[in-house]
Amino acid sequence: MTAELEPQTFRVTRADLVRYAGASGDFNPIHWSDRIATGVGLPGVIAHGMFTMALVGRAVTAWAGAPDAVVEFGVRFSRPVPVPDTDEGTEVVVTATVKEITDEGHTRLSLTATCNGDKVLSMAQALVRKR
Amino acid sequence: MPLDQSFVGRSWPPTEPYLVGREKIREFARAIGATDAEFHDPAAARALGYTDVVAPPTFPVTITMAASREVVADPALGVDYSRVVHGDQRFAYKRPVVAGDALVCVNTVEEITSRGGHEFLTTRTDVTTEAGEPVVTVWSKLVVRGEG
Repeated sequence: MTAELEPQTFRVTRADLVRYAGASGDFNPIHWSDRIATGVGLPGVIAHGMFTMALVGRAVTAWAGAPDAVVEFGVRFSRPVPVPDTDEGTEVVVTATVKEITDEGHTRLSLTATCNGDKVLSMAQALVRKR
Repeated sequence: MPLDQSFVGRSWPPTEPYLVGREKIREFARAIGATDAEFHDPAAARALGYTDVVAPPTFPVTITMAASREVVADPALGVDYSRVVHGDQRFAYKRPVVAGDALVCVNTVEEITSRGGHEFLTTRTDVTTEAGEPVVTVWSKLVVRGEG
């Protein structure tokens, strides 16, 4: 009983990171300053881990078909998502596989997120309730 | 300087209530590109049985990240924030956050470990209403990268 759900692709630009910084209150300069990001050994500005997780959350609620269906949601940030200062930015692709239906009738999804072919999350999963 | 192991198991008093605003939820939903009507339109959220717009699943971190500063920024714990990266993040929900909620956070240090020269700090934040109704529990694991 393994079902692959339709992958979802999200474009991420520097403007998205600025908007997310303001909305979330996370003003860590590695998410907006190349100077500071490269100074700490990063390739350049990277996306907030929580922004990537939020995109995965969008995919999960879309698959679940309800904005309030998520019972549990967890990820490990395994690689940064570099966001170049271009109009195109970068892309994050989210996939999900149905792993099991729990005794309570919830669906456990195993999730992946990739950027330029690299997995940027590991051990990512969500438990969703059927409405 | 290693993190102070005596912090493991310690909890902090409840934070001052955070009043969740409708416009803040809308702003957050716009920032992540979430267009579901229930994040923006109170009538759509009421149709699902909520009193006002509901927040996307990762919204609680905007509250808990600020609340957990009292732990992470405690000089006695010994976190060098310039070396911190986000390791893991997990949420267990009783219900979504809804505009109008007045939310209180209780922070607990669950675990401090070290591996490969790095240290790992896991905090749990229990988020409830002022009346004590559980809403969501949020775990964050921070990695404090070793020097060199």
